[in-house]
Amino acid sequence: MKNEETHISSYTSHAYVLIALLILTFISVAATGWHFGAFTVTVALLIASIKVATVIINFMHVKHESLFIKAMVSGVFALFAVVIIITFIDYYLR
Amino acid sequence: MSTQAIHSEQIESETGKLGMWIFLFTELFLFGGLFLVYAVFRAKYSSDFHTAAAELNTYIGTLNTVFLLVSSMTVAMSITAIQKNQKNLAVLLIAITIILAGLFMLNKYFEWSHKFEFKIYPGSEVLKNLPQGELLFFGLYYMMTGLHALHVMIGMILLTITIFKIRKGTVSQSHYLHLENSGLYWHLVDLIWIFLFPLLYLIT
Repeated sequence: MKNEETHISSYTSHAYVLIALLILTFISVAATGWHFGAFTVTVALLIASIKVATVIINFMHVKHESLFIKAMVSGVFALFAVVIIITFIDYYLR
Repeated sequence: MSTQAIHSEQIESETGKLGMWIFLFTELFLFGGLFLVYAVFRAKYSSDFHTAAAELNTYIGTLNTVFLLVSSMTVAMSITAIQKNQKNLAVLLIAITIILAGLFMLNKYFEWSHKFEFKIYPGSEVLKNLPQGELLFFGLYYMMTGLHALHVMIGMILLTITIFKIRKGTVSQSHYLHLENSGLYWHLVDLIWIFLFPLLYLIT
């Protein structure tokens, strides 16, 4: 064994994650038909963000990583969001 | 295996994974720059982006999303298989991942060829005569999906190498960092597509 603390995810848990991701995909496709006006993009990106978080936490195994990797991954993704949002707002309000 | 050997292997696995994550962050910001350019031009030319995006086939886009999501699951399952010392199952799951990646590329091939038939490709006369916003949309479409497709191909190569390593025994139940890192790379390919799909295909 690699070490006693290594967490082995079950096959069924991966399958459940996939089902959740597929449901979210079909919701985002269906949501293009509903008209939220200016919020359509926001809804699409919100669903995409939930999907990305689901993949990172479950498939990329961050849920069972060390606190250091957890902190680094969430920190960098938060920084990424801040960079994108602030730069875009800077352009938009010019 | 001595306790010391197990300990040094744990450290190697931790640092190896850390290095991979840092590399993935640079990839994230590479695509982030493109997302930003897309966002700015979409805000500036929203009606042109809408007209141009109507040319894209949502059905193909959705099918490719499903391929990538399923392949992400199979690669995650292959790690479970190697941890349980089920080598053949691990190889089978990675092979399914590669096949799904191949189907994604095949779809992309048909999608791009269809556009090429209508002379919609970077530098074509048809594209040059389109309104500025549509020209920008297709430029970004080819750049973003092209760069993503390049990553899909690199992922396929990495996963193929992993299969050979499992067969040779260099990737095994006690030593599977290579599989974990190839898996992480594959998930990144999936993550990028999760954002590209609504931005390019689901514009209303």
